[in-house]
Amino acid sequence: MKNMENIRAQFPQLQEKVYGKALVYLDNAATSLRPRSVVDCWQEMAFRYNANVHRAVHKTAVEATLRYEQARKAVAEHIGAASEKEIVFTSGDTAALNLVARCFGEAFVGAGDEILVAQSEHHSNLVPWQMLCAQKGAVLRCLPVDENGRLQTELLPQLLSARTKLLCVADVSNVLGLRNPVQEIVRTAHEKGCPVLVDGAQGIVHGSIDVQALDCDFYTFSGHKVYAAPGTGVLYAKRKWLEAMPPFMGGGEMIESVAWKGATYAAPPYKFEAGTPNIAGVPTLVPALEMAQTLGAGEIALQADAVRDFVLEALREIPGLRLFGVPSEKTEKVPIFSFTVEGAHHEDLALLLDKMGVAVRSGQMCAEPLMTRFGVTGMLRASFAPYNTMQEAEYFVASLKKAIDMLR
Amino acid sequence: MTLQDAKQAVVDDFSLYDEWLDKYEYLIELGKSLEPFDETHKTEDRLIKGCQSRVWLDWKLVDGKLYFTADSDAIITKGIISLLIGVYSGRTPAEIAGDDFGFVREIGLHENLSPTRVGGLRSMIETLQRIARENA
Repeated sequence: MKNMENIRAQFPQLQEKVYGKALVYLDNAATSLRPRSVVDCWQEMAFRYNANVHRAVHKTAVEATLRYEQARKAVAEHIGAASEKEIVFTSGDTAALNLVARCFGEAFVGAGDEILVAQSEHHSNLVPWQMLCAQKGAVLRCLPVDENGRLQTELLPQLLSARTKLLCVADVSNVLGLRNPVQEIVRTAHEKGCPVLVDGAQGIVHGSIDVQALDCDFYTFSGHKVYAAPGTGVLYAKRKWLEAMPPFMGGGEMIESVAWKGATYAAPPYKFEAGTPNIAGVPTLVPALEMAQTLGAGEIALQADAVRDFVLEALREIPGLRLFGVPSEKTEKVPIFSFTVEGAHHEDLALLLDKMGVAVRSGQMCAEPLMTRFGVTGMLRASFAPYNTMQEAEYFVASLKKAIDMLR
Repeated sequence: MTLQDAKQAVVDDFSLYDEWLDKYEYLIELGKSLEPFDETHKTEDRLIKGCQSRVWLDWKLVDGKLYFTADSDAIITKGIISLLIGVYSGRTPAEIAGDDFGFVREIGLHENLSPTRVGGLRSMIETLQRIARENA
C-alpha cells in the first residue's frame, strides 16, 4: 500500500506519539486531521496574502479575494451546486444551520407552523429549530429512529402536514453512522411541498454529494471535519431561497448601499456574509476538498471500506457490546461506530484506550435526545477517516478488548 | 495510620507503576474493592456535582470522626473516590478541613485525567472539604 503511505505522510499528526505510543486517531467525526497542503495554504494566506477581501483595489487584497472566491467555486463544484452564488461561507456547520433557522424562519415560519427534525440529529441541527419554534410559536415535530437507528421514513406521510415548513435531517448521523435515505426523504417531502435541509457535517466526509441530483433545498457542512481549517463552514441553498430570505446580520460587505435611513442589501451570497470572514481559513477549502476527492477514490476508498467491514464484524463479536446504528447492508454504514459495553462504562473505556494511544470519543456526542431514545447515559464512539489503516483498526479492536477485560 | 502516613502510602503505591495504564489498573482495583453502596442512598442530594459520570458520596459522623462511603457508575471514577475516602475516612472534620489534599497532585492524577475529569476530581475534593467544614 505505497499509496496509503504517501497519503499518511501528508498528515503529520498521524506520526505523533502519545504516552510513548503511536497515536491512533479515531475521533474523526469530531474533527479530522489536517494535511500539509491545507496548513501550507492557511499559512500562505496569513503570511503572504493577508488583506481584507472584497474591498481594496491593492494587489494583495485582489489576490486574497481571488483565493477566497476560488474556494466558493471549488465548494460549488464539489457538491454539484448549480452556481457558486449558492454557496454562503459561515464559521461552521452550526453557524450555517443557525443562519437558516434565523433567515428562513423569519421569512417563512409563523405561529402554528411546523418544523420536522430527525430524532438522530446532533444538537446543532436541533437547538436552532427549538429556538425558532419558541420564538415564532411554531411546533417542533420529530421523525423518529427505530431500534437499529434507521429513520422511520414510512411515517413521513403522516408527519408531513400542510403546516410543515421545513424538514431537517442529516445525510449521516454523527452517532449512528448510517447513510440516511435522503433522496427518498427529499422526494416525499417535496411531494408535500415541504423544503428539505440536509446537514452534511458527516456525510461530506464519507462519499460524494450532488445537491442538484439530491434536489435538497439546503446543505450544510463544516470545513474542519473535512480536512480544512477550523472556523470555516458552508451553507448551500437553492438560489430561490437565498433570494427570498432576509439577512440576519448587518455590516461589512453585505450591503449594496447605505443611507442614514436604511440600507439595501447585496445580492446572495454576499448578503449573508456580514463582517470580515475567515479570510485565511476559507481558501483552505480548496486543498481540503482536493484531499477529500483523493481519499474518496480508488485504492484508498477500497481500503476504507475494508476497514469499515472489519471493525463492524469485530465489534459484533464482542460479548455484551451493543452497537447503535446497525446497518442492514454494510454499505449503509460509514465508519462511525458508537456503542456501549455491558459492565464497562464508556468513560472508563475511553480513558484506558487513551492510555493505549487510541483517541476516541465518549459521552453524549452532542446528541442527548438520541441517548435518551436508546436509554443510555452515553456511548463510546470510534470514527475512522480514510487515512486510518487496517493495522490501526486491528490495534483498536485489540485495545478495546484489553480495556474491557480490565474493567470487567 | 496517621493522615500523613495514609497519604504517603498512596503516593508510594502509585510510584510502583511506571505506566499510566498500570496506574489505572490499580485505580480500577480500588474501585472494585469499594464496599457496596446502599442503592436507596443514590439520591440527588448525595450526587457530587460537576462530575461527568455519576458519583454518590455519603457520610456519617461517629465519635467525632467522619466516615465516607461512595459509588460511581464509572469504575475509574469509583477508584478515584475510593482512593480519597480511603485516606480521609475515619479522620476528624478538623483534620480533613485543615488538609491541603496536595498528595493528589503529587501522584500526577491531574496531568493524566481529561480536563472534565480533573473538574470532577476537584468537585470530589471540594465536597469532602465542605462536609468536613460543616461538621467541624
